[in-house]
Amino acid sequence: MGWHNKKINGQQHPSPLLYLLSLGLVLLLWQGALLALEDSARRFILPTIAEVVTRFLKLLGDGSLVRHTGITLLEMGLGLALGTGTALVLGYAVAHSRFLAHLLEPIIVTSQAMPIVALAPLLAIWFGPGLVSKVLVCALIVFFPILVNVSSGLNHIDTGFQQVFRLLEATRWQRFRWLEVPATLPAFLTGLRVGGTSAAMGAVVGEFVASSAGLGYLVKQGQNLYDTPLMFVAILTLTLLALATYGALGLIERQVLKWRCIGKT
Amino acid sequence: MMTSSEVLLEIENLYTAFIEPEGTLEALENVSFKVFQGEFICLIGPSGCGKSTLLRTLAGLLPPSKGEVRLRSTPIKGPERAAGLVFQQPMLLPWRTVAENIALPLELRGQSPAERQQRVAELLEMVGLTGFETSYPQLLSGGMAQRAAIARALAQNPEVLLLDEPFGSLDALTRERMAAALLELWQQLRRTVVMVTHSVEEAALLADRVVVLSSRPGRIIHIIPVRLARPRDPNLLLDPSLQSVVRELRQALKQGESPDNGRKPSPKT
Ligand SMILES: Nc1ncnc2c1ncn2[C@@H]1O[C@H](COP(=O)(O)OP(=O)(O)OP(=O)(O)O)[C@@H](O)[C@H]1O
Ligand SMILES: [Mg+2]
Repeated sequence: MGWHNKKINGQQHPSPLLYLLSLGLVLLLWQGALLALEDSARRFILPTIAEVVTRFLKLLGDGSLVRHTGITLLEMGLGLALGTGTALVLGYAVAHSRFLAHLLEPIIVTSQAMPIVALAPLLAIWFGPGLVSKVLVCALIVFFPILVNVSSGLNHIDTGFQQVFRLLEATRWQRFRWLEVPATLPAFLTGLRVGGTSAAMGAVVGEFVASSAGLGYLVKQGQNLYDTPLMFVAILTLTLLALATYGALGLIERQVLKWRCIGKT
Repeated sequence: MMTSSEVLLEIENLYTAFIEPEGTLEALENVSFKVFQGEFICLIGPSGCGKSTLLRTLAGLLPPSKGEVRLRSTPIKGPERAAGLVFQQPMLLPWRTVAENIALPLELRGQSPAERQQRVAELLEMVGLTGFETSYPQLLSGGMAQRAAIARALAQNPEVLLLDEPFGSLDALTRERMAAALLELWQQLRRTVVMVTHSVEEAALLADRVVVLSSRPGRIIHIIPVRLARPRDPNLLLDPSLQSVVRELRQALKQGESPDNGRKPSPKT
């Protein structure tokens, strides 16, 4: 019971043994599904574990997996950087200027309601099938959670803290550096984790629409050729990528926000 | 009495009103008094009578609607570094350790880490927090956090320390200990203090003079000198001489509460 509670509130990390156990469970289900399927049908829809592993090693060996992963990663990274940068600047502006807030709020709310992935075909027409259109999809996906978190984080800084800084005659820069940045960091990192993890989705959708490389392209290629082992390899790699992003951002969060864990029970 | 010493703060015909959509809310009316160098002043008055408003005005955070506040004959025009304000809540930055919080005023003034370290160690010692420099404020008890806040206010070396119910959120026992610690600190530093408190006992123990405000809009109804010899001892709290001061303060407070109950929170005028 205690174990369960800890896992749900996310304070305690489950042991690596449990990860292995759940992995085993998935593989077992997979194998079970293979057995349940008829021999002729399964060739098309479900590859064996061995097929996927072989394919993975082959793609790894000839360097193509690395190349495609690199391209998707580049799209994700640039999109993340662009989306984060824009969101930070606009978030700061919106929090500090009533005029800008009133001007941009309707646009922001509307675009938040808009499913960004639906824009991907349009962006492909505007910016071509190259890198730019995917970076833009990623950036848009990353942009909103960060913008919303940062501007509300800035707006919710305790007025007491602000008075402390006013009383110390802090300059605008000092207030930014010593108050606004550290006070908003938790909200920013939450937004970054949400946005960063979905950056993979942005890249893949962009690649689905128009591309000649990338992990999303591999998935699409696999679909066209009924090459399910290829699809499995690409999907699993994408999952690992998203997990790694999530993990890395979580690690940064714990490092940067050490003070936050203190005194919390 | 301290009439012979120098005047540090001069509050003259201070009138403060807040313009609200529902009308004007008068918080302070015709408040005038002087604070002498090295004096300990306590401000008491009914809830909502404008004590915090007065303190914020002294800190330069709030411009007076009418009248003037002068520090060493110079009108206070904006946030005043010569005034160290401590709020009812400690307002320590949770992402900074105790030492880093206390060093904040020094850091903002561009002091080097070496200079800061020495000063912070002195301040920690002064408020009895040596050994807690690397703790985060969240881990401190209420009383310790408030002492850290006082140390931070002292770090900027203010000419006057402004305390707004600094012990208001503490339990009775801690509160009494804090008052004793503050008494000792003041007797050591001889810094000018203006402190808002709800406790007449605290006021009687600590103050040279107690300014009693009426209910809102706050007017001065009495300035009561506390003629108890210095240095004082916290045990004085049990002494009949202090008890008679306490009685006097209670009496004065009663006078200030208007018959139609000025404590009503209604902002309409
Ligand atoms: N910034 C403000 N804007 C509008 N009204 C205010 C503002 N600050 C204080 N007031 C009002 O002024 C009056 C005096 O407030 P103040 O906080 O100075 O009282 P106080 O004596 O410190 O009360 P308490 O004992 O509860 O701390 C109150 O009615 C309060 O609502
Ligand atoms: Mg108050």
